[in-house]
Amino acid sequence: MLKGFSKGGIHAPEYKISEKAAIEPMPLPEIAVVPLCQHIGAPAVAVVKKGDTVQVGQVIATAGGFVSAPVHAPVSGTVTAVDALPDNGGVRRPTITIRVEGDQWLESIDRSETLISTCDLSPKEILEKITAAGLVGMGGATFPTHVKLAVPPGKHAEMLIINGVECEPFLTADHRLMLERGEEVLIGVRLLARVLGVSKVYIGIENNKPDAIEHLSRLSAQDPQITVVPLRVRYPQGGEKQLIEAVSGRQVPSGGLPIDVGAVVQNVGTAFAVYEAVQKNKPLIERIVTVTGRCVEHPSNLRVRIGTPLSALIERCGGMPADAGKVISGGPMMGRAVSNLEAPVTKGTSGILLIRERGAVRKEAGSCIKCAKCVTVCPMGLEPYRLSTLSKLGRFEDAEAGYITDCIECGSCAYTCPAMLPLLDYIRLGKAEVMRRVRARKSAPKA
Amino acid sequence: MDKKLIVSPSPHIHGAFSTQRLMGDVLIALIPAFIVSVIVYGVSALWVTALSVVACVGFEFLIQRYLLKGEPTLKNLSAVVTGVLLAFNLPSTLPWWMVILGALVAIGVGKMSFGGLGCNPFNPALVGRVFLLISFPVQMTGFVTPTHVDPLSDAVIPAEISAEVATDAVTGPTLLGFVKEALAGGATTVDVADKISYNDMLLGFKSGSFGEIGALALLLGFLYLLSRRVITWHTPVSVLGSMFVFSGILWLVQPLHFMNPFFQILTGGALLGAIFMATDYVTSPMTTRGMVLYGVGIGVITILIRTWGAYPEGMSFAILIMNAVVPLINKGFRPKRFGVIPAKKE
Repeated sequence: MLKGFSKGGIHAPEYKISEKAAIEPMPLPEIAVVPLCQHIGAPAVAVVKKGDTVQVGQVIATAGGFVSAPVHAPVSGTVTAVDALPDNGGVRRPTITIRVEGDQWLESIDRSETLISTCDLSPKEILEKITAAGLVGMGGATFPTHVKLAVPPGKHAEMLIINGVECEPFLTADHRLMLERGEEVLIGVRLLARVLGVSKVYIGIENNKPDAIEHLSRLSAQDPQITVVPLRVRYPQGGEKQLIEAVSGRQVPSGGLPIDVGAVVQNVGTAFAVYEAVQKNKPLIERIVTVTGRCVEHPSNLRVRIGTPLSALIERCGGMPADAGKVISGGPMMGRAVSNLEAPVTKGTSGILLIRERGAVRKEAGSCIKCAKCVTVCPMGLEPYRLSTLSKLGRFEDAEAGYITDCIECGSCAYTCPAMLPLLDYIRLGKAEVMRRVRARKSAPKA
Repeated sequence: MDKKLIVSPSPHIHGAFSTQRLMGDVLIALIPAFIVSVIVYGVSALWVTALSVVACVGFEFLIQRYLLKGEPTLKNLSAVVTGVLLAFNLPSTLPWWMVILGALVAIGVGKMSFGGLGCNPFNPALVGRVFLLISFPVQMTGFVTPTHVDPLSDAVIPAEISAEVATDAVTGPTLLGFVKEALAGGATTVDVADKISYNDMLLGFKSGSFGEIGALALLLGFLYLLSRRVITWHTPVSVLGSMFVFSGILWLVQPLHFMNPFFQILTGGALLGAIFMATDYVTSPMTTRGMVLYGVGIGVITILIRTWGAYPEGMSFAILIMNAVVPLINKGFRPKRFGVIPAKKE
């Protein structure tokens, strides 16, 4: 019996159509648009100005606080603007635009393919390198990595859990990375374990990637601290709380953090970035992006410089299909619909998914038939039908009492709803309002 | 690239379920039982079903269009399901206008007056049936008895049984009614045993509301619903299990006075009720623990009514009574949340 999380979840058709496509380098763009906020937290602060020339890997913006990350030049060339450009949703956000000229890298970066497995740095020095390299969670949540590695006083990390689940349908970037860069990933994993001072590392991989499980198990066979854990295929296993439970049996308490049960979770993509940052001095300037969809001519996994426009990736994979109706940044369950294809790839762009027009339009919603399917699939054990209605009616106190803030927004409820109700839309609305009220209560002066 | 892109919040894909598909699957699951009823009762079963479906769909359309001035939602097939289930709970000899009246009560009172699909507290088909049962007890229990000789036993259900019950104001599917009356009259279970053929019960050669007669056909439908994940096992198994256990205890205590548990779950509306009526989404609980409690309640009330109540059959009443408790069950049996059990130590 394979391990898995205990509660709810769905098994959507996997459509891992790009899983056999080896990672290919994406050609450099002509213009790179680099957002200053590619992470959760405070935007980075630009330290270059229009007209400056930059080299690949050079810091162009420094962290804007503790929960923030610096940004590095992903290309070499001339800064043509430090202003605000529309992101993939069309909202203007601070960016640095660089006209690409050649490909001049900083001398300090080791661009060779030589595997460097030894590291003499102290945990503190490793953490400093990770912080300086602008690393963020590569799974899509983009939480600054150094913040997750800073264990709060009074807490104790017992285990590091590496997320190789890639439970979203279609996406294969992590899968390919584990297959093609397994050694590097494992070195990154050991570096992360050293920073945390933990001796137990679990790498959770869903069973639909047997080759990755086999490969990493073989590579880590001599390392007693690393255990590769095959997991049954079930969305949202890549959710932090679900993954922790799947591999360790521990449930993060409601309202708590993984560290409350002694766990720290990092993505395989992050582990790879840690390897490059620590062993190769290479900051986070490129990432693997899956470009896929049933209407895409050449579904691919591309190594892309941050700042490359999404349209270039689509062109590279066969161009925009005539029948495409929706472009999603990320996976189909939690990804974000894109309205601006000139927006760039950022640190958190795990995939570009094209959906046909036919499948992109939501079906007309009916009335709730109380079938309880949303209750059954909710991985947090909530009552989505009820929370959705309460949010719709503006009954936020009741929604709060129904633990709406526990919702991880995985979308399993809306996916399964036979009445096609936009359950998660309303729950998100209610959750945001409840969070706002909770914050207001906390900051209100005590009477 | 000036293509206009569609933008919406996640999730961007939807699973295979739709209300229409779920209701369609319920209809498919009812086909075996329907075939049995047409074999046993002939074309009249077909006519009653067709009439009931047309009436239910028609009333839903008329009420939605002209009374509520809204867009009719017939596409979701729920009115068709109500029509078939109502028909399955009627004798095949019921006058046509009573079928239509039953449909009007089922859809008009049972469903639309509460706000339509998803809002009704009681199972609409059962509201219609119980209305007819109370209003027209004679016609509602005037069953044609299939005169079928089972080759394995010599048991023939004599025509006079149904006549007996039909002339009596006491209602109920024939076999249950007959047995109840016989036991009340001082007979023992041994005395009535030769009137009961379990083969006939399984195959459907018994008298009753025509959709409830074929046990094997209904179980086939149950397996289909489970395989299509339309329903879970919790409610039907709880209903039948509690009926079995409760009547089994009675039978073990006084085997001469109480019918055995197999008889109880194979007769009357037990299977039709447990599999198709009690599992109605709208009127049943939202969590599996709630479903088990609800199912046990139905099973126990059914046996109580069958054994000591005024009616020989209690399934319809039991389901309606437990329907009324569902909001309370939903409040009391919330799903178990993630992260509230203490973290396990390895």
